[in-house]
Amino acid sequence: MGERKVTVAAEVGLHARPAATFVQRAKKAPMDITVTRSYGGEKVNGKSILAIMALDVRQGETVVISAEGEGSEEILDELAEIAGTP
Amino acid sequence: MNLRGVGVSPGIGHGPAYVLTASVPEPPEGATYTGEAEQEKERVMVALTQVAGELEARGNRAGGEAEEILKAQALMAEDPGLVVKVRTLIDRGLAAPRAVFEAFTKYRNVLAGSGGYLGERAADLDDIRDRVIALLYGRAMQGLPISPAEPYVLVARDLAPADTALLSKRDVAAFVTEEGGPTSHTAIIARAMGVPAVVACSGATAIRPGVRVMADGTSGVVRVEPAESDVAEAVGADTARQAAFAAAKGPGRTADGHRVPLLANIGKPADLDDALEAGAEGIGLYRTEFLFLDRTEPPSSEEQRCAYRAALEAFPEGKVVVRTLDGGADKPLAFLPAPAEPNPALGERGLRRFRRFPDVMEAQLGALAAVASPGLRVMAPMVATAEEAGWFGQECRARGLSDVGVMIEIPSAALRAREVLARVDFVSIGTNDLAQYAFAADRQVGAVSALHDPWAPALLDLVAMAASAATRVRKPCGVCGESAADPALACVLVGLGASTLSMGAAALPAVRAVLAEHTLDQCRRAAEAARAQPTASYARAAARAHLPGLDRLGL
Repeated sequence: MGERKVTVAAEVGLHARPAATFVQRAKKAPMDITVTRSYGGEKVNGKSILAIMALDVRQGETVVISAEGEGSEEILDELAEIAGTP
Repeated sequence: MNLRGVGVSPGIGHGPAYVLTASVPEPPEGATYTGEAEQEKERVMVALTQVAGELEARGNRAGGEAEEILKAQALMAEDPGLVVKVRTLIDRGLAAPRAVFEAFTKYRNVLAGSGGYLGERAADLDDIRDRVIALLYGRAMQGLPISPAEPYVLVARDLAPADTALLSKRDVAAFVTEEGGPTSHTAIIARAMGVPAVVACSGATAIRPGVRVMADGTSGVVRVEPAESDVAEAVGADTARQAAFAAAKGPGRTADGHRVPLLANIGKPADLDDALEAGAEGIGLYRTEFLFLDRTEPPSSEEQRCAYRAALEAFPEGKVVVRTLDGGADKPLAFLPAPAEPNPALGERGLRRFRRFPDVMEAQLGALAAVASPGLRVMAPMVATAEEAGWFGQECRARGLSDVGVMIEIPSAALRAREVLARVDFVSIGTNDLAQYAFAADRQVGAVSALHDPWAPALLDLVAMAASAATRVRKPCGVCGESAADPALACVLVGLGASTLSMGAAALPAVRAVLAEHTLDQCRRAAEAARAQPTASYARAAARAHLPGLDRLGL
């Protein structure tokens, strides 16, 4: 299981455009993508904008993105970059 | 008839009311379907896909901020969690429209329960739900007239971005909604379009369609069937006002050239753009606690350096006054925990709290020292005594910070401003807290809010005391607080000896224009007249008599 721990840099947090960009990319991935606020927290579906919004991640807070399977490392890198973009 | 809401996009808009009443009825509870579950699910999937496609297409046509909002809505329409919920409900026997209604309700309640930004997104989901249900019933949504003979005042319970995205100034003279707040889509889009808007205006949808309505996006007043002369007067006054505000460019000064730098109050890096756009000459109050209100862990030094550096870079020529963390009372910070206090406003807040957490103080002062440039000023909140001011000054200077000040917001500090000023380089008067402590009236208690009138002569006396002490030793005394944002009171503060004024960016153009209309001598006479009065309302009237420019500007 691959993981990326990333601090959300956008001022609006993981909402609005950053959330939409994140979900649009996650939806293209063949495998499941999960997001949690921190290690051990509730895992939500990274392809669900409503679930991501309900996590209510603010600027400067850290999330863990996980995925498993072929190509997952590459997808995780891209998702981590989206979440970490100011 | 007059209604009152909250003005969120300034200006006067008037025209015939177009009242959006379209509401899709709630599908009956327990409604079932005949036929196969798979067909029923397919109906929903087709409707969801179509609505998502329409939202996306409208977004592409609209561009800008509306595009982002609509594309996020399109993603919501096809949200996998939502789809699973709808399918499950259909498997349990519910008809497609009812299944959609219940699935959306579950999610919208989660958002609505969060309040704030997320709460306002609940309206986005309601709009998608209504569109999907209308489609399942084979009904069209009420559309808005495009290119009408005369722009209309759009009145609605709330507006969805899909409704407003394709509208322009040629279509809409003003927006009036019963719901929504300053961060609702209506507010954001109205400001982007440059159309006046009033939100949270109860009773608005009772306005009869077609009657003439005038909305004042500054004051929040909505007038139904105003006299033509009233409309002409309001429009004339607003046009003159806007022209005067636009004409008063450049640094803050009185009519006779006395310089009063006009600065902005900010709480986050994004406020810098507004401050620059409004022509602020610097930052008079950076409320750093607002950077970290939701944190459980103290912010890192690196993160703080970024935030402070951005402000210094935005104002390379001006001053940037950074206030150290003001935690406690109405702004609890989880990483500066407080013991339970019977009266937090009088408890361990501001500098008192900061002192007890040396690590947090070290990180903040260290970050400030690391990015320090000649424009940087650092000040402490909630200083009561000269000893506290002296201690803070030492701590800052030990780290290489040279321009150090304190807030004057406790009456004891105003009364002994001379001794406080002997230990620091400047002071800044926070009129909101100064009123709270001078009148023993908690800002959080609505029942005593009448005591917070910024024109109260006792408050003006305290300001005068601090400002004249600073003038005597030739050190700066700024005012940051609601008082500075009132153009008439701003003149009085200058007359009392304030050397800079700091306020929310939106208030800057009006204050700049009014100040430029009056001489320093007029400001002084207005201040004297105000202080000579027994009550706040008399003080306001007495000052006005010496400030003829207010009438000239229609204020």
